[in-house]
Amino acid sequence: MSAKRPVALTVNGRGYERLVEVRMTLADFLRSELDLTGTHLGCEHGVCGACTILLSGEAVRSCLLLAVQADGAEILTVEGLAQGSELHPLQQAFQDQHALQCGFCTPGFLMTAYAFLKESPAPTETQIREAISGNICRCTGYLPIVRAIWQAAREMAHKPSSIS
Amino acid sequence: MPLMNLRLARPKVVIDVNGLHHLASISAGQNGGLTLGALTRQRAVERSGLVQERNPLLAAALPLIGHFQIRNRGTIGGSLVHADPAAELPAASLALGAEFVLRSVRSERAVRAEDFFLDTMTTSIQPSELLTEIRIPGWRPRLGWAVEEVARRKGDFAIVGACTLLELDEDDLCKAARIALFGVAGKPLRMQRAEAALRGSNPDERLLAEACRLVFDDLDPDSDVHASATYRREAGGVLARRALETALRRARENSK
Repeated sequence: MSAKRPVALTVNGRGYERLVEVRMTLADFLRSELDLTGTHLGCEHGVCGACTILLSGEAVRSCLLLAVQADGAEILTVEGLAQGSELHPLQQAFQDQHALQCGFCTPGFLMTAYAFLKESPAPTETQIREAISGNICRCTGYLPIVRAIWQAAREMAHKPSSIS
Repeated sequence: MPLMNLRLARPKVVIDVNGLHHLASISAGQNGGLTLGALTRQRAVERSGLVQERNPLLAAALPLIGHFQIRNRGTIGGSLVHADPAAELPAASLALGAEFVLRSVRSERAVRAEDFFLDTMTTSIQPSELLTEIRIPGWRPRLGWAVEEVARRKGDFAIVGACTLLELDEDDLCKAARIALFGVAGKPLRMQRAEAALRGSNPDERLLAEACRLVFDDLDPDSDVHASATYRREAGGVLARRALETALRRARENSK
């Protein structure tokens, strides 16, 4: 019943054009039309944070946007963090600190932390805890995640080029 | 979007207003007030120096809305027309005496916050109308304010919350008081009897206690999965008390 519209957007620096149903969410679009399955869908109503991506530099829930609303947008997903085979300092820190177990929530945490550190490069522990309060993790108990973001913040302070 | 994702709403047509860029604006209103375009992102209002300078109550209420990822997309107007009874902005706009501009193809009208919220997720907006602008009156000297809420986790909807404004006159008597509670009924509520008790009186310990007793007496909340009616009523009285104490302290500081 729903019409199709053309959508042109940039994801992780690469341009895409697709004809999509107007009712398709941006999260579904990324996963099923662009095969970028790193963005995960948990609750599908904005609560769990697993689908968090960057839209024009700001962290947003991709399950709460329609693909057609992202026409012309610049998007960063978890696939865009690593430089080739070199992990982003956040990804490395998550591995070092065992900040993931099943990994389902991890893309959302990484993108949330990425947006957060861009704005607050030298955060306090309280600020980190508040920043990740909109992401749910059922494995780790959050402490390793806080430590990982802390580690990444320190490393990125020495390597400012890793955040852009 | 959540309503559609959960298949609770199946609209035939959805109109995306995000292209109306001129409705995303924060500007200085008349007499020290603020004029906010309905499409202004909550995050933009939160970051606005003009809002922080002109309206500390609004500035304090914004970071309490959801999480930053939500506020990056959520709009001021969206939150107001959604009219969730536990949301911060409807109560803050009630306490601040805000006015909403509703436009249709044929006409434009301004509705006071008092007359806008009708019940749970129900407002006086007509199907043909769009909320375009929120006008917030100017701040005054000798004004104190507070926003208090209890929520289970940071970013959750409040179980109960209170926004207060208290103005002192030259003799440090209470010139005007506004107490707006949220999460205690289908819509945010002004506590009129308590406000009347404060008006024109010396806001001492005894009077604050009396005002909060009136708040408690006037509340008749429902129970739900988040909290019982008894808890909401009790918490409403306690939060009103705290918010009045803080507002009074700030009003006295601002009156020095």
